[in-house]
Amino acid sequence: MNQRPARPLSPHLQVYKPQITSVLSIVHRITGILLTLFAAGWVVWLICLNRGEHALQTFQDLLSSVPGMVVAMLATWALFYHLLNGIRHLIWDTGHWLELDTARRAGWAVLILSLVLAALAWRFWQ
Amino acid sequence: MAEFTLPKNSRIKKGKHFPAAADAKRVKTFQVYRWDPDSGENPRVDRYDVDLDQCGPMILDAIIYIKNHIDPTLTFRRSCREGICGSCAMNIGGTNTLACTKAIDDFKGDIKIYPLPHMQVVKDLVPDMTNFYAQHAAIKPWIHTESPPPPDKERLQSPQEREKLDGLYECIMCACCSTSCPSYWWNSDRYLGPAILLQAYRWLADSRDEAKGERLDELEDPFRVYRCHTIMNCTSACPKGLNPAKAIAEIKKELVGRQSL
Repeated sequence: MNQRPARPLSPHLQVYKPQITSVLSIVHRITGILLTLFAAGWVVWLICLNRGEHALQTFQDLLSSVPGMVVAMLATWALFYHLLNGIRHLIWDTGHWLELDTARRAGWAVLILSLVLAALAWRFWQ
Repeated sequence: MAEFTLPKNSRIKKGKHFPAAADAKRVKTFQVYRWDPDSGENPRVDRYDVDLDQCGPMILDAIIYIKNHIDPTLTFRRSCREGICGSCAMNIGGTNTLACTKAIDDFKGDIKIYPLPHMQVVKDLVPDMTNFYAQHAAIKPWIHTESPPPPDKERLQSPQEREKLDGLYECIMCACCSTSCPSYWWNSDRYLGPAILLQAYRWLADSRDEAKGERLDELEDPFRVYRCHTIMNCTSACPKGLNPAKAIAEIKKELVGRQSL
């Protein structure tokens, strides 16, 4: 028998059209990873708090720089997104909201609400 | 570990262009994935300009037109041409569906056609379904009973019991859902995937089946069921309008529900 070349793998991520549900799903995972990193950053803040005024000031200056603000805003949004979408997952685990239209609507609601709550947190926190 | 890029032998090269006749008025371009096992070359995407006035309304009509009139080497599976056999499942315009029930008019611009995603390609649009069918066999998709059947009639179901199989029995095993699932892409060696799990639930939900415990024992595994993360590409893709994501959620509920506190 002739030696056949190995069969190729058909394209997947390269061709599959993103769905609102699939995009929100990967965002849930990404925000989960980000929150783990932010938690480590929060520990650094606690260490600075313990080291005294100078260390704390350095950390706070870093946080109020433009990149620092961006990171902090991202962290706020990631927290709300992961929290709200986590609730969506819990509802799914009870067997509800799994129809395509309810899953999509709840997804959009989570996305919009997370942005609103993050904005409100920034507005009233300081 | 998930591989996000295609292996070297699977990367797609530019293919040939087959222009339509000069007098064709309504021309639609189909970009079709091609791989010839005899050539030793990488896959390519060929472009076929089809005169829609010469061709039926469905994607499958266009593919058959291409094979009959433009390029007889194009290879694909098809049979019933009415959405009941599941043979012509492929990735059309970025999502998985049946070529026979998808209208050409649903798409603007060029229509891109690939085989079902993340599968070994046998030729052109024909993927190797061996693993998928083996997984189906693994859930023992037939009725299991201990008690003898009634001597003078079939095993009966009430209309209410029968209703529980609606949305499950209609599955045609086309694999559109399983091959749309990123979790199945990365874990198809151990994760059963949406189509097979919907079938697994079809037997769990059957009032006549008497092997529920054994069936759940088989599913109780970190990979077989729990690689489902409710991404819902399956439900979006299903050309029969079924909901594998919900069936998997019901299996998870059964698995949790039988555990003692």
